[in-house]
Amino acid sequence: MQAQSPIANRQSTIGNKIRLYLPLIKSLQTSLLLLTGVAGYLSAHTQVNWTDFGQMLPSLFLAIAGSTILNMWWDQDIDAKMKRTHKRPTSAGQVTRDEVFRLGMAVSVIGIGWALMVNWLYGIVVFAGLFFDVVVYSMWLKRRTCWSIVWGGISGAMPILAGRVLAVGQIDLIGILLASAVLFWIPTHTLTFSLKFFDDYQNAGVPTFPSTYGEAVTRFAIALSSVIAALTMGLAAVWIGVTAGVLRVIIVLSAGLFFLAVTTVFRPSDRVNFSLFKYASMYMTFAMLLIIP
Amino acid sequence: MKISSLNRILLFATVFLAAYQIAIGIDQMDNVPIIAYTIAFGVILVAGLLLVILGFEVLDAPIVVIISTIIPLSLAMGLVWQHLASLRTSYLVFAIVGFLAVTVTRSITMQNKLPVFVIAIVHGISGMTIFLLPIIIAAKGEVRPGFAMVGIGGALIGVGGLLLSFLKTGKPILSKDRIMKLFPALLFLTTALFVAGFMYG
Repeated sequence: MQAQSPIANRQSTIGNKIRLYLPLIKSLQTSLLLLTGVAGYLSAHTQVNWTDFGQMLPSLFLAIAGSTILNMWWDQDIDAKMKRTHKRPTSAGQVTRDEVFRLGMAVSVIGIGWALMVNWLYGIVVFAGLFFDVVVYSMWLKRRTCWSIVWGGISGAMPILAGRVLAVGQIDLIGILLASAVLFWIPTHTLTFSLKFFDDYQNAGVPTFPSTYGEAVTRFAIALSSVIAALTMGLAAVWIGVTAGVLRVIIVLSAGLFFLAVTTVFRPSDRVNFSLFKYASMYMTFAMLLIIP
Repeated sequence: MKISSLNRILLFATVFLAAYQIAIGIDQMDNVPIIAYTIAFGVILVAGLLLVILGFEVLDAPIVVIISTIIPLSLAMGLVWQHLASLRTSYLVFAIVGFLAVTVTRSITMQNKLPVFVIAIVHGISGMTIFLLPIIIAAKGEVRPGFAMVGIGGALIGVGGLLLSFLKTGKPILSKDRIMKLFPALLFLTTALFVAGFMYG
């Protein structure tokens, strides 16, 4: 049998590492958050500074990816107890905890450092996102209270605010409205998961809205937060100055969200609930695309 | 029943066409037609998204009969307002009363044929308006010939409505599987004809 050359061996090791590291960054979630950052930047409708914009993409991506990896590092024990997450490389033992920590720190430091070099205020907002996500949400509150999701939401709202801040040079009302829209959208996502994977969270000992307040209150919270998200996004769109046509599309999409939210409350079922969650994700993606032009 | 990739693409294309029509296609019109067309294409847009998310089972929900009435009523409302000025108020009254009648007769359990009768009247009048009005005014030269495509779209959506109605009454013209396979293509073609008709009309 022919032995592999050292270069081929190294390539294969690097390939294996990348295959193991990729799931650590939750590529879909990271991409969506990155898209919100892009939407935040382009919502300013100013001349695009391609140097800034070109640096925003990798710095924001690295910061989001870094915080996700650090969350995986911290929550390894929880993930191992949950059916939904027990196959993650961290909980399946394919990568060591130390390795994940080192990777998370390296990616985060590069991302935050790069962001601070591009613009100090932008860098601070990006750092705030990471800090709220890793330290406040995961390390401090996630195992103590179901209200931790508020901080998870705030951290998720930081990329869109960061993009806006980089474009306009300050934290303005539109940026806060856009961030609020994302903040209120995130419970639709997390609370739906807490209903769908109720037993998983119970087994892992993570307090959730359904385990603390019951299903009915959780469904109402989902409906309410999605309606507030839609209203806030609509208000932001008006302030941004989108055309009447774009505003009509946002109103139509919001009406769909409102319809599903009401159905969730008055005719609750897992199916309707999951539909609201999927629709809310599509809503947010379309809304982001609509405020760009 | 699982939605195939092709049908998923067709539904997304329908959603984008409807969004285009709402955002750009009706921009230069008066307020009432803008509202009417926004409602009609808005229902198509949201329905397309819900079909992608929930699958064809969403069509089994009782509320679909009520919601699907909104499309022909509001589309015909917009057409009448633009091209039959003398019937504006009468049609507006018909649209409101018709929608309320469908909602009430579908929300209360009734043993008689009234719900079917109401649906037939409401869909019949609004469907014929969408089918005939654009073709007639295009033939008369009041609008460009392309506007007739709106009428053809109206005929197509009428066919879709008939197929679904007969299916719901238990006397299907085509099997449920076949109707569901055809439905996204029919919805896409209808929306495309509406959008093209308004664009070239």
